[in-house]
Amino acid sequence: MLVFPSVFIVALVAIYPLFESVRLSFTNARLGSSRVPENVGFGNYQRLFNDDAFINAFKNTVIFTVTTVAFETVLGIIIALVIHSNFRGRGVVRTSMLIPWAIPTVVSAQLWRWMYNDVYGVINDILVVRMPQLFDWIPFIGDDIAGLFPERKIAFIADPTWALPSIIAVDIWKTTPFMALLLLAGLQVIPSDVYEASTVDGASKWQQFWQMTLPLLRPALLVALIFRTLDAFRVFDVVFVMRGVAPETMTLAVYARQQLIDLQRLGLGSAAAVIIFGCIAVLVIMYTRLVRIEET
Amino acid sequence: MASISANDATSKFAGIGGVYKPKSKGWFHYVKRAAFWLMILMILVYTIFPFYWAIATAVKPDSEIASTPVIYWPKHISWAHFSYVFDNGDFLKALRNSAIVSASVVLIALGIGALGAYALGRMRFRGRTFTLYLILSMTMFPAIAILGSLFKMIRGDWFIPTPNIYNTWLALIFTYLTFTLPFTVWVLTNFFKAMPGELEEAALVDGASPMRTFWEILLPLALPGLVTTGLLAFIAAWNEFLFALTFTQDFSARTAPVAIASFSGNTQYDYPFGNIMAASVVVTLPLVILVLVFQRKILGGLTAGAVKG
Repeated sequence: MLVFPSVFIVALVAIYPLFESVRLSFTNARLGSSRVPENVGFGNYQRLFNDDAFINAFKNTVIFTVTTVAFETVLGIIIALVIHSNFRGRGVVRTSMLIPWAIPTVVSAQLWRWMYNDVYGVINDILVVRMPQLFDWIPFIGDDIAGLFPERKIAFIADPTWALPSIIAVDIWKTTPFMALLLLAGLQVIPSDVYEASTVDGASKWQQFWQMTLPLLRPALLVALIFRTLDAFRVFDVVFVMRGVAPETMTLAVYARQQLIDLQRLGLGSAAAVIIFGCIAVLVIMYTRLVRIEET
Repeated sequence: MASISANDATSKFAGIGGVYKPKSKGWFHYVKRAAFWLMILMILVYTIFPFYWAIATAVKPDSEIASTPVIYWPKHISWAHFSYVFDNGDFLKALRNSAIVSASVVLIALGIGALGAYALGRMRFRGRTFTLYLILSMTMFPAIAILGSLFKMIRGDWFIPTPNIYNTWLALIFTYLTFTLPFTVWVLTNFFKAMPGELEEAALVDGASPMRTFWEILLPLALPGLVTTGLLAFIAAWNEFLFALTFTQDFSARTAPVAIASFSGNTQYDYPFGNIMAASVVVTLPLVILVLVFQRKILGGLTAGAVKG
């Protein structure tokens, strides 16, 4: 059977470990300990829901997921619509959008950490130095616009109130272009005569967008949305590289790894990992119901 | 500008850019057009500037990196950061590890995955739909959910007596199959499904075995798909961080992303950003070039992986 090797390896590297994680989550197993683990029932899950750090990580993860997906969707639609129109240099713009996607997450995290730097960072330079200069010369209102920008440089990463929004902005930067490209592919499938007919009927562009483009884009949009939600919910790399295990940015995946590996609490960490898996499984079921695998 | 309005005249509906009507060329028309190009410019700056900034930082001398106000275009080019990176034995080892691990994973995933995808895409058998659903759900699997159990398996601490492969290439090659293999099977299945059936039928009628048909007819036809899928799997493996961080200990197996993440200075406030950016450019430039060269195929492969059902 030709499928056997694939199925065997998937079973070995994904399905068995998954069941093992579920089993471990009901024990007090520790990493690197020869003591025979005991069954603790739902004890780990109880502990998690009484652990402020876990609740906090859950909250951060939900904030991260909702904000990134919302921004990526809106920005993605806008960018896809802009690129969908005919203009010279369209290919260049489309190609440029693959760059954030191709950059390894670790690299983009380090790169943005440098851009966010509180002394020499380019973002602080733009906000605090360049923007006021740009608007200052405008008569009457220039001063007011310049006054909108911060007076002092911001420690985006070190300041607990700025850390999570800053990391969210990095994720939005990295994945919006990808979202836009998926939506662009969806836009290109929409036949143009639909628009011609409604233009004849006197529909405004705004009406066309809400009543035709958006409904017709729905399949592509849903798939992109769920894909992004899954990815955002298990976020690890960007948070860990930029802020480590700091509580103000800790997400569920960072929490689970800290418990599993750093603190060697295999049981408790597995319970956290199983909760992440459960949340994602619900989303995957939604997704597989949306894409039909045709029965041939 | 003139060529744009020529385009507009021929353009069917389009997005925001399509709102120009060549008939009414009042001042409002020019405002709209300026706004449109401003948006294009903003998109370009948004996507390209950070990578430009990495390159600019990497080639600046330290005096220009640590400068306020910030210097946007390097005044002097210095290769000091790159020579630091290439004289750094650890970073070179990390690059080597990344290359070996990613290449091996891709070859294994393609070899095994192509066979499975051939069967799933071209044959009918019991459990086919179930297998497809299984593979599809595995492409969305959260790696963190199996981190602990994989760690135990790697250390040989499970029900089958296996050697401890912690901190080796093998540990990464083995665990990277969790995300590369399902992805490969899924994309290639769609690819095989879309291929015309006549050639294959002709070969089968002529008495060729399914394996021979696969090797001599389908595989050559599938080569473009294999290249694209392999490239995407390679990028995924090259960029992987969580497993590499957890299953390696030192530079005998540590990969480039872990090396870049763990670059640090003497104190918390002294980050060698020039060196980090040079290393980042070294790790990223090959990917960016590959992506730009294969952009059409990649776009096709990504949308096939994500949109087609």
